Amino acid sequence: MQPKNKFLLGLLSSALVLISTHASAAWELNMPVGVTNISRETYDLHMLITIVCALIGVVVYGVLIWSLVKYRKSKGAKAASFHENTTIEIIWTVIPILILVAMAIPSTTVLRQIYDTSESELDIMITGYQWRWQYSYLDDEGEEVSFFSNLSTTDDQIAGLDEKGENYLLEVDEPLVIPVNTKVRFLLTAADVIHSWWVPEFAVKKDAIPGFINESWVIVEETGIYRGQCTELCGQDHGFMPVVVEVVEKAEFDIWYSERQEAAAAIAELTDQDWTLEQLVVQGETVYRTFCMACHQANGQGLPPAFPALTGSEITTGPIEDHINVVLNGVPGTAMAAFGAQLNPVDLAAVITYERNALGNSVGDFVAPIDILQAQAE
Amino acid sequence: MSNIGAIDGHDAHHDDDHHHGPAKGITRWIYTTNHKDIGSLYLWFSLAMFLLGGTFALVIRLELFQPGLQFVEPNFFNQMTTMHGLIMVFGAVMPAFVGLANWMIPMMIGAPDMALPRMNNWSFWILPFAFTMLASTLLMEAGAPNFGWTFYAPLSTTYAPETVTFFIFAVHMMGASSIMGSINIIATIQNLRAPGMTYMKMPLFVWTWLITAYLLLAVMPVLAGVVTMMLFDVHFGTSFFNAAGGGDPVLFQHVFWFFGHPEVYIMILPAFGVISEIISTFSRKRLFGYDSMVYATSSIAFLSFIVWAHHMFTTGMPLAGELFFMYATMLIAVPTGVKVFNWISTMFKGSITFETPMLFAIAFVVLFTMGGFTGLMLAIAPADFQYHDTYFVVAHFHYVLVPGSVFSIMAAVYYWLPKWTGNMYDETLGKLHFWLSFVGINILFFPQHFLGLAGMPRRIPDYALQFADFNMVSSIGGFLFGFSQLLFVFVVIKCVRGGKKASAEVWEGSHGLEWTVPSPAPYHTFTTPPPIAENAHARVETKGDV
Repeated sequence: MQPKNKFLLGLLSSALVLISTHASAAWELNMPVGVTNISRETYDLHMLITIVCALIGVVVYGVLIWSLVKYRKSKGAKAASFHENTTIEIIWTVIPILILVAMAIPSTTVLRQIYDTSESELDIMITGYQWRWQYSYLDDEGEEVSFFSNLSTTDDQIAGLDEKGENYLLEVDEPLVIPVNTKVRFLLTAADVIHSWWVPEFAVKKDAIPGFINESWVIVEETGIYRGQCTELCGQDHGFMPVVVEVVEKAEFDIWYSERQEAAAAIAELTDQDWTLEQLVVQGETVYRTFCMACHQANGQGLPPAFPALTGSEITTGPIEDHINVVLNGVPGTAMAAFGAQLNPVDLAAVITYERNALGNSVGDFVAPIDILQAQAE
Repeated sequence: MSNIGAIDGHDAHHDDDHHHGPAKGITRWIYTTNHKDIGSLYLWFSLAMFLLGGTFALVIRLELFQPGLQFVEPNFFNQMTTMHGLIMVFGAVMPAFVGLANWMIPMMIGAPDMALPRMNNWSFWILPFAFTMLASTLLMEAGAPNFGWTFYAPLSTTYAPETVTFFIFAVHMMGASSIMGSINIIATIQNLRAPGMTYMKMPLFVWTWLITAYLLLAVMPVLAGVVTMMLFDVHFGTSFFNAAGGGDPVLFQHVFWFFGHPEVYIMILPAFGVISEIISTFSRKRLFGYDSMVYATSSIAFLSFIVWAHHMFTTGMPLAGELFFMYATMLIAVPTGVKVFNWISTMFKGSITFETPMLFAIAFVVLFTMGGFTGLMLAIAPADFQYHDTYFVVAHFHYVLVPGSVFSIMAAVYYWLPKWTGNMYDETLGKLHFWLSFVGINILFFPQHFLGLAGMPRRIPDYALQFADFNMVSSIGGFLFGFSQLLFVFVVIKCVRGGKKASAEVWEGSHGLEWTVPSPAPYHTFTTPPPIAENAHARVETKGDV
């Protein structure tokens, strides 16, 4: 090969690599093949239908274009007088039915597999909230591992004040962690409105519906981090509750899981500890920013009338029992959710104390985690 | 108010309208019981709503032009998607078809007017109030409805803004209007056909509207029921859809889609009728397979009642339910395919010219078929788990509704405008409008297929960076398509105000009774029924060469 040709070839191939890497990042055209058996079969099904449709399209559009070109009046075409033909009508009714039957068979097979949730090795409860996911590992032994997974992209990135990161809007503070090559069953429900939990690379999309428990499952075959989003309109921050799943080796998962159990035990201990008002306010600010700020705003002024102000309100400056009641049980018929089940007693005590002694309020009293436990028992 | 059909009775005097012309001034439009006046009112109203709903769409595309939140808050974005959907479905597409029905059905079947003229007036005049009420929520403190045009409970009940009540009553009013309109159309078609105009001689537009009217009659009360249940949940403490009170959020979806699926056929069946008329005219050839067109339309209407839960594949229905709704949905491809094949066979060995209505009709066949293909893909339940609630769905239903329903309405307007006004529209500008729309719509919606497959959910105001490029392309197409519609408004107004005089036949290949009356059509037509030829099968021949 001539050196010049070699150079050109090299240039061409590097350009191709550039284009294709760029394409996979931004100009993505197709569904991901994914990392589960089901996702691959779904992809194959998708490609099969796409190709069948494309072939039908070639025939249909071909005849159409041919007719438009050939039978133009400007080219002297004279209209024929035929207007029906029973034979051809039967043919173009029967052939599509046969094609549909041929497509229905593999679809049914895949669907039956998707619905087989039996013999799972790990069960995880996924609860949708406005606007975050809660993951609870269902396990009879030891402390329950349960946590919330919140969007971790900063407001400044969203507002364009800061450069957007690589995983903009697809990153969370705590991802769901599951072991590789293990049948994991998901049980999905929601605490307020309908959400939908989707990870494209698993081909799992299932609605999380209040009052229902839906089932789905995966056996992920490759470790890695997989990202998805809520796909059912669930209110203001529907676009800001991503799903992130970290798939790790089984041994690594076991270590992670026991660490989380220990941390849960530590929280139980913290609940019993003596807390001061100042400690609670510091802790409470973090909780407030994650759970309350979206509606009640950073300064506590809210967005009336849907989201009332906390500064100077009857609840945050009145009797503390009422305040605890509202935070624990929510306000039925409004957007105020019941946080009793969402937060641990420490965080609940902290955020209530924060709301009474910050955001322009200075009531001066506080509630200890142990009191929250008591309130919940009542 | 302009005056499509506002023919000065003296200019266009005809044997049929020796009684009187239209009344003068604004009261003409308020009190009118004339099907042509009411048809015009519907069409102008629809155009206004099309521009309003289009403006909302441009706000959406503006915000999605690049990642990040630039122009609107997420809550307002949700109001825009909701209002865009509601206004386009209930305010633009449906009233446009009712307007076409009002104008054309009496003239196509040789009737003097609609069967129930006073109710006709009321059907229309409810609409401006319903939509004023709906749109006024945008100015209220709590903001407009923000729960999507599908208003899934409990987001639309327990968690809804206070303005949901205005939304509920607006839907009730639209429903009442639609029910009255459909009763009127059924009564007209079944009772006022000229002697000799048997069912199988009716133009296909009349057939498709008859079937559509029955669909409306069957499902609008279901919509009224579901919003009434919402009203009770919101105000009277019931728990139809509130799980905490023993209610069932999935029940909402079943009831909504039992209305909603036939509703999408309500928006496309009259389009099938329009396209059948136009393709036949400009191919100068009788419609191929008239009988099978009627049977296919009826089959689609029947199937539309048993496929609703294909919108709900991810709600966790039992396997048997998923399979039933998957198979039933796939079946719809058969009669729909028959229609497309018939249109193409009509053009095959025809003598085709490409006036603006024909351009829109051809684009309809091509692009509606695209929407049909993606519809078939969405029917495959396991694949739907990946497509559901992504931009792939957005692309699918916009391909069916915009180059489908909306293009057919524009085709119909260009096709019948000379009959309505007596003037030819500006063909050059009409074609320019077509090409801008055709190019714009494809730049707008085609990339959305890719966005959906790559994982972008619908109804989000901001998105991950890998979706940025196609969103920008889509927005550019959106602005091109959106602003091109101003040209449409200009062409229509220009045609209403004057232009080359149109003959009674208007088109060389025209056929059917509407082309036997002068252009513009006199205020009163067919006060005595026209004779229908004994041997005229499935159409009323007006010219020997057709």
